[in-house]
Amino acid sequence: MPPPAGGVARGSGRSFGLASRYPLVPITILMIVLVIPSFFADLIAPHDPYAASVPNRLEPPVFAGGTWEFPLGTDRLGRDILSRTIHGAKYALSISLVGIFLGTILGTAVGLAAGYFRGWTDRIVMRVVDVSFALPSILLALALAAAFGSSFEGVIFVVVFVLWSYFARQVRGEVLSLRERDFVARARVAGAGHGRIIFRHILPNVMNTVIVLATLQIGVVIILEASLSFLGIGIPRPTPAWGLLVADGRALVVSAWWVSLIPGLAILLTVLSVNLFGDWLRDRLDPKLRQR
Amino acid sequence: MSKFFLVRFSEAIVALWAITVIVFALTHLSGSPVDALLPDDATPEQAQMLIEEWGLDRPLLVQYFTFLGNVLQGDFGDSLKWRGQTAMGVVLDHLPATLQLGSFAVLIGVVVAVPLGVLAAARKNSAIDTSANVLALLGQSIPNFWLGIILVWLFGVTLGWLPTSGRGGFSHMILPAIAMSWFQIAALTRLTRSAMLDVLDAEYIKLARIKGLGERAVVWKHALRNAAIVPLTYFGVLAGSILTGSVVIETVFAWPGIGWLAIEAIRGRDYPVVQSVVVVFAVIYILANLLVDLLYAYVDPRIRR
Amino acid sequence: MSDSNRPVLEVENLHTVIATQRGTFDVVDQVSFRLEAGETLGIVGESGSGKSMTGLSLLGLVPKPAASVVGGRVLLDGEDLRSKSEAELRQVRGRKISMILQDPQTSLNPAFTIGNQLLEALQVHERDSRQSLRQRAIQALRQVRVAAPERRVHDYPHQMSGGMKQRVVGAIAISCAPRVIIADEPTTSLDVTIQAQYLKLLEDLQRETGLALIFITHDFGIVARICQHLLVMYAGRIVEAGPVREIFNRPSHPYTRALLASVPTVERKVDRLPSIEGQPPPLHDLPKGCRFAPRCGFAETRCHEAYPGHSAGRSGHPRHIVNCWRAEEI
Repeated sequence: MPPPAGGVARGSGRSFGLASRYPLVPITILMIVLVIPSFFADLIAPHDPYAASVPNRLEPPVFAGGTWEFPLGTDRLGRDILSRTIHGAKYALSISLVGIFLGTILGTAVGLAAGYFRGWTDRIVMRVVDVSFALPSILLALALAAAFGSSFEGVIFVVVFVLWSYFARQVRGEVLSLRERDFVARARVAGAGHGRIIFRHILPNVMNTVIVLATLQIGVVIILEASLSFLGIGIPRPTPAWGLLVADGRALVVSAWWVSLIPGLAILLTVLSVNLFGDWLRDRLDPKLRQR
Repeated sequence: MSKFFLVRFSEAIVALWAITVIVFALTHLSGSPVDALLPDDATPEQAQMLIEEWGLDRPLLVQYFTFLGNVLQGDFGDSLKWRGQTAMGVVLDHLPATLQLGSFAVLIGVVVAVPLGVLAAARKNSAIDTSANVLALLGQSIPNFWLGIILVWLFGVTLGWLPTSGRGGFSHMILPAIAMSWFQIAALTRLTRSAMLDVLDAEYIKLARIKGLGERAVVWKHALRNAAIVPLTYFGVLAGSILTGSVVIETVFAWPGIGWLAIEAIRGRDYPVVQSVVVVFAVIYILANLLVDLLYAYVDPRIRR
Repeated sequence: MSDSNRPVLEVENLHTVIATQRGTFDVVDQVSFRLEAGETLGIVGESGSGKSMTGLSLLGLVPKPAASVVGGRVLLDGEDLRSKSEAELRQVRGRKISMILQDPQTSLNPAFTIGNQLLEALQVHERDSRQSLRQRAIQALRQVRVAAPERRVHDYPHQMSGGMKQRVVGAIAISCAPRVIIADEPTTSLDVTIQAQYLKLLEDLQRETGLALIFITHDFGIVARICQHLLVMYAGRIVEAGPVREIFNRPSHPYTRALLASVPTVERKVDRLPSIEGQPPPLHDLPKGCRFAPRCGFAETRCHEAYPGHSAGRSGHPRHIVNCWRAEEI
């Protein structure tokens, strides 16, 4: 017997409805931890993130007995952790935006082509997608780092490599069903060329899905970038990227726990908020992507 | 079933081949591989010897097939950092440590996540469901290398309960395994839960209840056996996250496995060892995925024919 | 055990509700009936009329946590199932009352052999050696006319046809020799020949074992063929009840008349009724008066204002009752 209109209440997705109810919370946290520091780092940061000061090395944060001079303490070289964490936001934001932008465009283009033209285009593309799914990103990152050393370009390359196949697969699935829809047939009858049909009729209909998927990937990309940097095969030193900041503190965990703790918290807050925000966006734009 | 395996097997071979191409291409794209292969203080004579030894003056395609032949024999040359050992030998020496930690982490992941996912689904919207959701959200948001450091700080340094680095007794394994399984627990819990929710709506679950079966048999036997297919297929993906995890976590805890080895080798510019690690990782990953397909056939009799 | 005076199953004022985002609504309301050994009771109605929910309510298996049985009595051999705990109910399910579901394709668990699933049904209730239970499982398959049951027990559901699967479901239902079986549209998804065979099988089983059958359907052809008594349900309530023959000859409720007028046959199953304008009311917006009134050609003011009580059906048979203000006039 079918449930009456309105349906039986169910929970919603991984954030169990929290994000849908309070989208402003993750957005506010994101502004504070990621966006504002990225654009105004030089204005906000109390110190130069690269300025070493040996007399002030390993100062604890103010809540652990330190001074307001260095609110979140200093690292091994006496650099201000707050300032370094603030400047670190730039790298998290820019790498993830550029990587996701490129990966999304590449993957969407490939997925559109495969889904629209089908036939051998589709078969070849999907084989390549399958194979690239079968290659763990860490292998590529290791091989790249061994060959070229660590670099910004290398990180972005790995990010694009991870993302494109994911987007290609999702977009292709959508396009396969879209191309059978009436409005596509009508456009075709009206004499529209392939390019017009793809970009005017199909692409706008997959945009919501693409935007939601891209948002949901930001957290994944930030963690990937931080992990690579932490391992020394991501962003090169002495850039204050969050992963590198955490790595700085690894050997100091016995004496100066704050060196790792603070930048790690920045990653945690950012990714948590991005995920919550992504859930909210998904519920708004593309509820069919929601898992129960 | 034979066709199913044939397809999966050929995909695995192609993936493996793609890895060899990437490794080979990267070596050559990065300028002269000699630079990558030699320590900074090498003499021109040493460089010349290496060029001849590796046949670097021959056409690229010939070089590739020589390389491929060597890869098939597991021959990546001698390690540059660990003198007197072959690169593959060094890797194989460190492999057991990785397998030990990895399987323990998977064990923790399964033991925690599957029951949690099942209970969360069986008691939807209960306190246990909410905690499973929170755990899943945190699992996706906490970077595991940072978690590792925090665990060391809390349980190793502050409380002094557990050793914080290196490989030793069972106690050495606990913290790294927890840090490594953290993300898996989140992913597996979520997957198990949603698969169980789908299955619990099925008619055969209704029939099991009609038979007079208790809730325990309905959930753990009838539902889980069918829901298990979904998390199982995810194990292939999980194998990838475990590889990544092993590099990160072994580095954090100085656990002498091949993940740690890879980073040490990169720091020491020991390219043959890096190559060996990459290929061994790829083989493990691909074998794990084939194994998943076999298990899949076991769990779902419909594809067993 | 049962004498002719006491029915096997007696249901009084069964009341089941479902909780949704819009509130809590009745899906089964004021449903009462009785059933004697060897008898077949048909329950007909459109989709959503509450007929399946009635069946599940009897077993205490309404979909949790949204739905729950909140009132009434369900007397099985004189024992009230409603007052039993969940553990006690499990002792009854499958052993004294069982159910056959609509879709054989999905009602067997794909991960286990049918032998395993049959054996399990027996193991829950019977303390006997595995070997003799195995024999009983094979015997049950033989009863539902499955050829070579010794071999078929090793089959997985996907290796069987739909009709064969439904026989297996039937075997599971009868394996513990229950007093009552609820068959929820068991033949809807089978093709016509298989359907006829299955109905014959149910009749044979009934003759052999004397079980009472509740047959949920929207197919009057089936009702005419195997049922002695009939409940017509509309929007969760019974609108007319009585012996099949009396209802067929003298349908007393306008809804029953419309159903019969749409002349469904075994060949032509009718789920939405072409001869009745409109659709059943949504649960969240039930009319105050007679629930059929908005679609009824005979409705007058009082029909819209208050729900009619029971009155005698036009046949005059003592068990023929109807819930209609104008039953005697029209």
